[in-house]
Amino acid sequence: MTRFEPKIVVFLCNWCSYAGADLAGTSRIQYAPNARAIRLMCSGRVEPYFILEALHKGADGVLVLGCHPGECHYLEGNYRTVGRMALLKKVLSQFGIEKERVRLDWVSASEGARFATIVNEMTETIRTLGPFEEKDA
Amino acid sequence: MPNTDHDSETLVQTEGKVGAVMVLGAGVSGIQAALDVAYSGFRVYLVDKGPAIGGKMSQLDKTFPTNDCSMCILSPKFIECSTNPNISIITSAKIDGIEGEAGDFTVTLLQRPRYVDEEKCTGCGTCAEYCPVNILDTYNEALAKLKCIHIPFPQAVPAISVIDPTQCLFALRKICQICVPTCKNKAIDFHQRERKLDIHVGSIIVAPGYEPFDPQRQSQYGYRRLRNVVTSLEFERILSASGPYQGELVRPSDGKPPQKIAWIQCVGSRDTTVDNTYCSAVCCMYATKQVILSKEHDPNLEAVILHNDIRAYGKGFERYYERAKKMPGVRYIWSKASIVKERPDSRNVVLRYRINGTEVKEEEFDLVVLSVGLNSNEGNRELAEKLSIKTNDHGFCESPKFSPIETSRRGIFSCGVFHAPMDIPDSVTMASGAASLASQLLCEQRGTLVEEKVYPEERDVRGEPPRVGVFVCDCGTNVARVVGVPKVVEHARGLNGVVHAVEETFACSVDAIAHMVETIKEKSLNRVVVAACTPRTHEPVFQDVLRKAALNPYLLEFANIREHCSLVHMGEKKEATEKAKDLVRMSVTKALLLEPLYRVSYNVTRAALIIGGGIAGMVSSLVLARQGIKVYLIEKAKELGGLARKISKTLEGEDIQDFLNDLIREVNENPLIQVHTETEVVNFSGYVGNFSSKVKIGKEGIIKDIEHGVTIVATGAEESKPKEYLYGEDARVMTLLDLDEVIEKDVDRFKDCNTMVFIQCVGSRNEEHPYCSRVCCSHSIKNALKLKEIKPEVDIYILYRDMRTYGFREDYYKKAADQGVIFIRYDVDDKPDIQTVEESGKSLLRVTVTEPILGQRLMIDADMICLAAATVPPAKNRSLSQMLKVPLNEDDFFLEAHMKLRPVDFATDGIFMCGTAHSPKFIDESVAQAQAAASKAFTLLIRTAIEGEASVAEVNELFCSGCRVCELTCPYGAISLEADRGVAVVNKALCKGCGTCVGACPSGAILGKYFSTEQILAEITAALAA
Repeated sequence: MTRFEPKIVVFLCNWCSYAGADLAGTSRIQYAPNARAIRLMCSGRVEPYFILEALHKGADGVLVLGCHPGECHYLEGNYRTVGRMALLKKVLSQFGIEKERVRLDWVSASEGARFATIVNEMTETIRTLGPFEEKDA
Repeated sequence: MPNTDHDSETLVQTEGKVGAVMVLGAGVSGIQAALDVAYSGFRVYLVDKGPAIGGKMSQLDKTFPTNDCSMCILSPKFIECSTNPNISIITSAKIDGIEGEAGDFTVTLLQRPRYVDEEKCTGCGTCAEYCPVNILDTYNEALAKLKCIHIPFPQAVPAISVIDPTQCLFALRKICQICVPTCKNKAIDFHQRERKLDIHVGSIIVAPGYEPFDPQRQSQYGYRRLRNVVTSLEFERILSASGPYQGELVRPSDGKPPQKIAWIQCVGSRDTTVDNTYCSAVCCMYATKQVILSKEHDPNLEAVILHNDIRAYGKGFERYYERAKKMPGVRYIWSKASIVKERPDSRNVVLRYRINGTEVKEEEFDLVVLSVGLNSNEGNRELAEKLSIKTNDHGFCESPKFSPIETSRRGIFSCGVFHAPMDIPDSVTMASGAASLASQLLCEQRGTLVEEKVYPEERDVRGEPPRVGVFVCDCGTNVARVVGVPKVVEHARGLNGVVHAVEETFACSVDAIAHMVETIKEKSLNRVVVAACTPRTHEPVFQDVLRKAALNPYLLEFANIREHCSLVHMGEKKEATEKAKDLVRMSVTKALLLEPLYRVSYNVTRAALIIGGGIAGMVSSLVLARQGIKVYLIEKAKELGGLARKISKTLEGEDIQDFLNDLIREVNENPLIQVHTETEVVNFSGYVGNFSSKVKIGKEGIIKDIEHGVTIVATGAEESKPKEYLYGEDARVMTLLDLDEVIEKDVDRFKDCNTMVFIQCVGSRNEEHPYCSRVCCSHSIKNALKLKEIKPEVDIYILYRDMRTYGFREDYYKKAADQGVIFIRYDVDDKPDIQTVEESGKSLLRVTVTEPILGQRLMIDADMICLAAATVPPAKNRSLSQMLKVPLNEDDFFLEAHMKLRPVDFATDGIFMCGTAHSPKFIDESVAQAQAAASKAFTLLIRTAIEGEASVAEVNELFCSGCRVCELTCPYGAISLEADRGVAVVNKALCKGCGTCVGACPSGAILGKYFSTEQILAEITAALAA
């Protein structure tokens, strides 16, 4: 039997987490090829709807990675993200969706290894959970 | 850069003054100076002795006191420099000679060969993979290795390989040359020779930085002998996520995580035995930072800091130090330490130190960090000699009084640690100040040598069906080795809207770019997707391609198939190819929805409002007025001068009143400066380039309207009135400023004074003011020395917590001690006590304090007592901050946009700060900051128009319910509700395009350009469509 390969959508902010992912690259840190990154200027741009839509369109998990708290290039965008994600997770659990399918975390521009670790962890987590299947409402 | 065909050449020749500036040294201060000079309308040559820009800051892990990642905040400035058409970066070069004078220098540089053609190398790094020679990685402080041909570090600019000829097999023995054929672009060139460059510039900014002290000079530290003794800079690399151990906190001997680390402070600082008597000004704080970061790595770690005075004198430092001190397992011990031995089995290090004055203790540590000082090295001395500028006894740059940025030679300025040991914000401040002085000198040559790129007129593509061109770069083998590039190209061809897809070898090479411009025109492409490396470095390169091909630059979309794909999935070719296809499909899908975007431009009112007429406000007024800017300088008091009116001399003996009077005279005489005293701002509105203020002038309260493009806050600070130690009850108890006045006007009062006691930290570093007032230690020393001069037999005691005479002020501390001033350290929990006592008919002030070495109470009968009272912000800061909508910090000083790299800017564009409004500081520091604030203001004011971001937010008024969520969300105050219509309006001059409001709008009424909901959803769909 072939191993389940989860599809993961990752939202990256331009200034910290995208740069961290770049550093993983220039440092040749190897990680699971399951993630597809979408670049935004700030994690504060991420709407809960994007995450629901990603799951709806076939993603098995969604990662939102921003600057560490206090380091946001736009001062406080990532704090907004924290609030939204907390709310979204509540909604997800009410719909019976495992909260592990959505993860918010922080990666700085110097944390290439951390980016790789997070993608690997997420891939493993989702692999354990299995494919995401939308239940009938 | 010109080609390497010639060994000597001359760049730029003009008559008279030259509108170009050379910056020597490309650390953070050199980089900042270069950017500011370029933005002021001059051509810049940014020169570094090393192969890449970045200096020491690029090696740091995090920065104090915010723990910001150093590279995160620095690397965007690398890109800003490298993409600025008016900054030429010249690496591996040193100065050979200089001729001419201020306004017209000819500088001769010697550039070492890189053995790699800068024009041809794309930085792909393939050569390094084949190079058989491993050398020590100096970026990682020799804790790791890299190849003899290499890119200096991952984020290096220029991102070009360099060969170390001292270790290259071909350079040494004419064998090898393996790298040559691996380069598909034929960039490796062993024929390169050292070349001479003659460059004409009007001014020079010297910023060569420092060398960390080499602890091998002192055998007691066992450095290099003991594997687990490292310098603080080595420890930075150990902590760094991009360091030799990938951010694992482990020790060098066995790669195991240390459980117990000791920091030894003042290694090579405040030490007469190595001739470094000065304080290096940053080590206390960087060690504190390293303690905090180490504790983040391992919360159970034990940390011991063996220190002399802890010099947490800067903004936010004291709180940071207190935070570290309170962490479990952290011990700050006041003691000098020596290394006893290394345990042969564990290679642990045993330290010996003294506690409580007499008791000697030995303790074993897994790792010892030497907090090494900042030295000016031989190279700096040589540089100063070549430039004929004077250095001080310590080898740092000498400057005239009250003008720290000037040097002894006209037209040459200095900034950063070359001036004196200092931290990053002070370096950045000086850098901006240096830029403003260079800009003033060359005022009339502004704009003469800068180039603006001229592009063909943009083709209007609206209404055309999308014609997408996809350019897939194989990056030599970097992408192609892992990703099946032909398959990706094939996939792209089949995608909706794609009319052209092609593989490129090095899409960023000069040839490929020219070809791409032609292809875009030939095939009438109206959207371009580049599948290559990261847009963070290369988006500007390809946006430029689009503009050359008459397309709007925002019709470009990137797919990162290198950093995010081929380099990280090397063993999984099939998966990597699939991922690359997905990434290209995502970008093409988004590209179909791209629209041309334009920056909105605004007119600028060429005038400045400067609030506060102290030294800082006056200096910034003059900097602007001398360059033709209209200045409104308002002061709340009757006269200009501020707090400095009360101080006669500096610690170094310079006359403040002379300086102040000259300044006031020049301000009053300058026809462009309109001074209003007894004046306050009563209303403030507008945005960068277009502010409107109302000020209330004089007792009559005349209201005047002022239109101005920038605002500088220079409202100063005050000396607090102590509430303790009999202040205000007994006339013999006075503050430092009171004492200044007595020294100046009433020396007779010292006739009966035989004993004088200074008490430090009165009102500072306590619960009410949990910050250090920075200046009082030096101020007390100054007055103590003055008293000794007036009356040598007087007994002087200084009761202190930590003497914070940082930098060269340390020499005066030593001088005071040498002259018999007695320093007694007291603990905050056991403060000195003062009683009035009558003895033999004489009234005495009896001071009782615990002597820390003996542990006994000591009684001093004083005739006069001087309290080092805290420097406090004016109460009016609060109302001003609300009016200007700019923040204060928790101590009510104004809060800058970024503590490290934007020390004089507010987050709101067009508003700046300087002087003690920012935090307590010395006069020379205020002057530098005032020059920096003026420099920042000036770079805005000289623009004919201010351009906003292109990818801004836009409100669809039909959907807007006027709920104001966006208004509250925006950190820049760029959105406001238009009251009469009940809809939100974005001020495009203030919007930074973060998109936070777009995500927050419950009605979906805000469009985030370039990152619209539609575009993001299209990307999501495409990502999952395989």
